[in-house]
Amino acid sequence: MTSYAPAPGAAPTTKMLAAQTQMELRLLLRNGEQVGLTLVIPLLLEFFFNLPLLYSLNVPRRIDFVVPSVLALAVMSASFTGLAIGTGFERKYAVLKRLGATALSRRVLLLGKTCAVLILQALQAVLICLFGLALGWHPHGGAVSSAVLIVLGTFAFGGLGLLLAGTVRAEITLASANLIWLVLLFAGGIAIPLSRYPHAVADVLRYLPSAALSDGLHQVLEHDGGLPVRPALTLLVWAVVALPAAARWFKWE
Amino acid sequence: MPAAAVEITDLVKRYGDKPAVDGISLTVPRGQLLALLGTNGAGKTTTIEICEGFRRPDSGRVRVLGLDPVTDTDALRPKVGVMLQDGVGGYTGARALELLQLFGSYAAHPLDARELLEQVGLSDVAGTQVKRLSGGQQQRLSLAMALIARPELLFLDEPTTGMDPQARRRTWQLIRKLRADGVSIVLTTHYLDEAEELADHVVMLHAGRIVADGTPADLTRAGSAGQVRFSARASLPIAELRAALPAGAEVSEPVAGDYLVAAEVTPALLAAITSWCAAQDVLADGLTVERRSLEEVFLALTATPVQP
Repeated sequence: MTSYAPAPGAAPTTKMLAAQTQMELRLLLRNGEQVGLTLVIPLLLEFFFNLPLLYSLNVPRRIDFVVPSVLALAVMSASFTGLAIGTGFERKYAVLKRLGATALSRRVLLLGKTCAVLILQALQAVLICLFGLALGWHPHGGAVSSAVLIVLGTFAFGGLGLLLAGTVRAEITLASANLIWLVLLFAGGIAIPLSRYPHAVADVLRYLPSAALSDGLHQVLEHDGGLPVRPALTLLVWAVVALPAAARWFKWE
Repeated sequence: MPAAAVEITDLVKRYGDKPAVDGISLTVPRGQLLALLGTNGAGKTTTIEICEGFRRPDSGRVRVLGLDPVTDTDALRPKVGVMLQDGVGGYTGARALELLQLFGSYAAHPLDARELLEQVGLSDVAGTQVKRLSGGQQQRLSLAMALIARPELLFLDEPTTGMDPQARRRTWQLIRKLRADGVSIVLTTHYLDEAEELADHVVMLHAGRIVADGTPADLTRAGSAGQVRFSARASLPIAELRAALPAGAEVSEPVAGDYLVAAEVTPALLAAITSWCAAQDVLADGLTVERRSLEEVFLALTATPVQP
């Protein structure tokens, strides 16, 4: 017969984080259509942007420009828009309220969610690169620098997405996460290179997380200059501001 | 001596200008089970959610295991198990065992998830997604999730709502076992039999105020004119019986051969009835003392409008 004699206490943070990440990842993968969208849409975009008829990129090898852009777009989609909307609706349906009544801290919950997205992102990046190679992509730079940028980008966008999801209503999260995605796609240096903008404007836009990630990946993969400092620092700053802010202001319900 | 499990003094919580909780004070000693009884909107859930740290009081003092649920949340959460009112909470896309194991992984010394699932009768649906469980099954899973971290104190908000009678009995047994093992428990319910069955102490809430409190026995005894019922041959001289009893007793024969004595039930009253019957050479058959049920007490109290 089970004894219910009290023996309270919180598990070590690392154990909680591992369990939380695993659960979040399982739930992400179990959501079939969501995974499909996350993994397939970037590949479709990669294919279409590489077609000569869409628009002229004025670059000698179109695919070499397309792959880093699509990588940046995929990170932004999964860790900002996807994470924000998913988390927003979990809050709406009181999923997180119940978790809030346990020893799990906000910090560990949010880190777990971000780590789960990061793992999904790794899979996604591999698929994008493989498909790019099949389309004739010639990467010039290091995989390590790219990975560092993708990790930083995931934490920056994840923090921003969770901050949004944790502070406003789910419906507003849904609308604004999509809107911001669209704005960043075109004005944030992903679909249109910042070099097409006037200098003064570009100097401001380059500090957006989308521009930093896209710009950084382009530098690494097209020109191989090692880890580009300014984009990496920009993403780092966004991450160390956004994640603690999300943990600070996140409301469980 | 450790602090009380729960100590509430003059608690007030308003939504807009309407008070949901209007000056409640109560104490739950360690190891005891308190039932908060009341209709919907009486203030039960608001009170319990303030203790859980989900809501802030407008005024008054709340201490849970000696801690302030608003400022000491992090210290308190690992010690307290919570069962929310609406549904299971947590990830509904997870399977039952998975979700329970996740909650176990937050705790330093969790119970075994499979064994606990067995205890609440859900072993058969361990691999079923939470959203596909029936309402009663979700309630039982929710109870297991509240227990798995081996808390000192449990808040159960309407724990048996939506359960079939068998599951309800089983849950009651489990709650009794928890109490016996030293867990302090606060439960809300609008089932009076549940409060009568489980509670050491019952607090009846109505429109945000305490209208009665005491042990179930106190409440059913207090201020109550009970009644004694017996059967005998028809048409006894009941006026004589009334004369033989303490003042104020009412005697009637609602059905031929069935007698009803309404009075404050005391040993002297019973002795007077039986000795009168003996003098009449009548055997008082099926003599029963009927006390008010908690339900009657509750209905009597909540029918009276509360003064603003």
